[in-house]
Amino acid sequence: MTNQTAVLDETMEEIDSPPPARAILSNSFEARSPELPAWFREQQQMAWTKFGSLPYPNRKDQPWRFSNVKALDLSGYNFGAPLSQSERDEILERSSGLHQVAGRLIFADDQLLRRDPLPQELLAAGVLLKPLERAIVEHEDLFRRHFMAQPATLGSAKFAALHEAFVTSGTFVYVPRGVEVELPIEIFHWLHGENASVFPHTLLIADELAKVTVIEHFQSAHSDRAGFACGVNDLVVGRGAKLNYVCTQNWNQKALAIQINSTSVERDASAKSLNVHLGGAYSRFESLSRLTGEGARSDLLAVSVADNAQEFDARTLQDHASPHTTSDLLYKNALTDRARNTFGGLIRVEPHAHFTDAYQTVRNLLLSDDAEANSMPGLEILADNVKCSHGATSGQLGENEMFYLLSRGIPASVAKQLLVSGFLNEVVDRLDHPAITGHIHELIEAKFARR
Amino acid sequence: MNQLSIEDLRVSIAEQEIIRGLSLTMPKGEVHAIMGPNGSGKSTLAKVIAGHPDYKVISGTIEMDGENIMELEPDERSRKGLFLAFQYPSEIPGVTIANFLRAAVQARLPEGEELEATDYYAKLYEKMDLLEMDRSFTSRSVNEGFSGGEKKRNEILQLAMLQPKYAVLDETDSGLDIDALKVVAHGVNAMRGPDIGILVITHYQRLLDYIIPDHVHVMVQGRIVRSGGKELALELEEKGYERYETADVGEPAMA
Repeated sequence: MTNQTAVLDETMEEIDSPPPARAILSNSFEARSPELPAWFREQQQMAWTKFGSLPYPNRKDQPWRFSNVKALDLSGYNFGAPLSQSERDEILERSSGLHQVAGRLIFADDQLLRRDPLPQELLAAGVLLKPLERAIVEHEDLFRRHFMAQPATLGSAKFAALHEAFVTSGTFVYVPRGVEVELPIEIFHWLHGENASVFPHTLLIADELAKVTVIEHFQSAHSDRAGFACGVNDLVVGRGAKLNYVCTQNWNQKALAIQINSTSVERDASAKSLNVHLGGAYSRFESLSRLTGEGARSDLLAVSVADNAQEFDARTLQDHASPHTTSDLLYKNALTDRARNTFGGLIRVEPHAHFTDAYQTVRNLLLSDDAEANSMPGLEILADNVKCSHGATSGQLGENEMFYLLSRGIPASVAKQLLVSGFLNEVVDRLDHPAITGHIHELIEAKFARR
Repeated sequence: MNQLSIEDLRVSIAEQEIIRGLSLTMPKGEVHAIMGPNGSGKSTLAKVIAGHPDYKVISGTIEMDGENIMELEPDERSRKGLFLAFQYPSEIPGVTIANFLRAAVQARLPEGEELEATDYYAKLYEKMDLLEMDRSFTSRSVNEGFSGGEKKRNEILQLAMLQPKYAVLDETDSGLDIDALKVVAHGVNAMRGPDIGILVITHYQRLLDYIIPDHVHVMVQGRIVRSGGKELALELEEKGYERYETADVGEPAMA
């Protein structure tokens, strides 16, 4: 008996002291996961070479104008060690998002911790919710057709290559023709280890007339550990389909984050995305929405709340490739302390894309004298009969509004929070999904409560 | 000392003196009306009582139940029992009436005590019924896209919810048609009683047909130039303010 116990203890120790985490930058490429198919690992090798050949961003490049490119130092980050059972349990415990979901995947440091499968009727209808590495093998055609199909053209080609080189897991969702998934699909990505990096990938494909809502939560397990997130999501919306995508980016304030989105919307389809940016020391978000079929519509929504020295950097392209298409971008940012926000956005209406409606509105609310917002809206219209508008404004809290709330006995700090939430709500409420908007309101309130 | 008393108040904005030695006492349980022509300083008085930061108080005191409130922030004044119904209520996009009022009611609870949601909504709906407001109002953003009548009703709803000791109603009749005026007056009259003093500021007599004051004060060029009973309102309606304006009110006598 005594002997057996000793053997068990030894095994436990082995699990508790994993090998040191590998640095992400090295002289030679080594695939992170030997389990991935050979063709994909070759693709990763090529991506690594591409990453090495592309220059680091420079502030003189238009796509990086006003950006703090110094924040992009990747030395020091590693791939994160395997999590112990107790660490996994703790993270699972803390992964609380929506009360009702169709299915859920939870990752920490790119390791899949848990998978709540879809209900039987959705599986029977052919809906797929799978870890990416399984989809690569089991649905190779779909995967190859849509995985990073649109090149990253908004500045982060280098980081897109890095992502491709190191992506090992993520989420693959496919909703077949005519199938509606009523409840949201939920995904968590956690940063856990000291200096850990994650490469979250989400590939969503809504086939013709399908309907689906997906929400991703990005969170840090520790408030004081640095980390690097380099994520990509591809949203593919087939004919007449309807896709809602929500991302709540709530990394800690030591994280460096780059998120690259590409959305393609086919004929009569509609895509609505809402990105909530709360965390990160420097967080860059690139979003490219391409309207490829007549009658397609894309709503690009985002809010951010920045404090301390946080920096949010958003670059967007609303690309109208077909006639009678609509895009509507509304970004609202609240900034305080020494926080910075940069927005660079372009509406491009291609030559034959007549009768296009395209809107782009950016509003910055500056809550301190030292906060800084730079917005660069842009238009490139090569078609006729186009309705376009774009505008960016920055302002402070209205004195009259503030006095009105104070005169009702609401303390100044609460009044300020109400006004800021109200300012952001115009965007959040456009999602028209009470469970998700309720969750987002809680996250925003929690950020205020921490101040 | 259960009264709102203003003593020799002088207020300026951008170097111009707008209230020039005004004194007024309103005991709790009474309704007083201040009537005056445009530019007499009525709205300035309302805002100064509430503590608006844009106005510079040169001298004088405002006391509520014997406590000087001049040094208090607007939110502190409100929590102590003061209420201002605005002539032009602000629009607060993205903040629902339910959340706004909840924050105001919550602010009156002792530290650490959470508002009981069912009680809150029961009270809110009761007051809304009184003001003939549809329940859907609660989920609308405060005053955003409201008609004039809806805005004023919303002011009176807040008055009813917060149950202040003293309320100042600044031109509450402006922007109201006769139907809306009656509803608003009904809401104010329902509040009347020994526990509240109400100061009605108005340009016209018509509101006072529906909210009958105990006392009427005439305000001209930053001062109360005459006080009397409710019949004074009728006299003003008939004869106008001219005779007060033409009189040389000059510099107020120093106390």
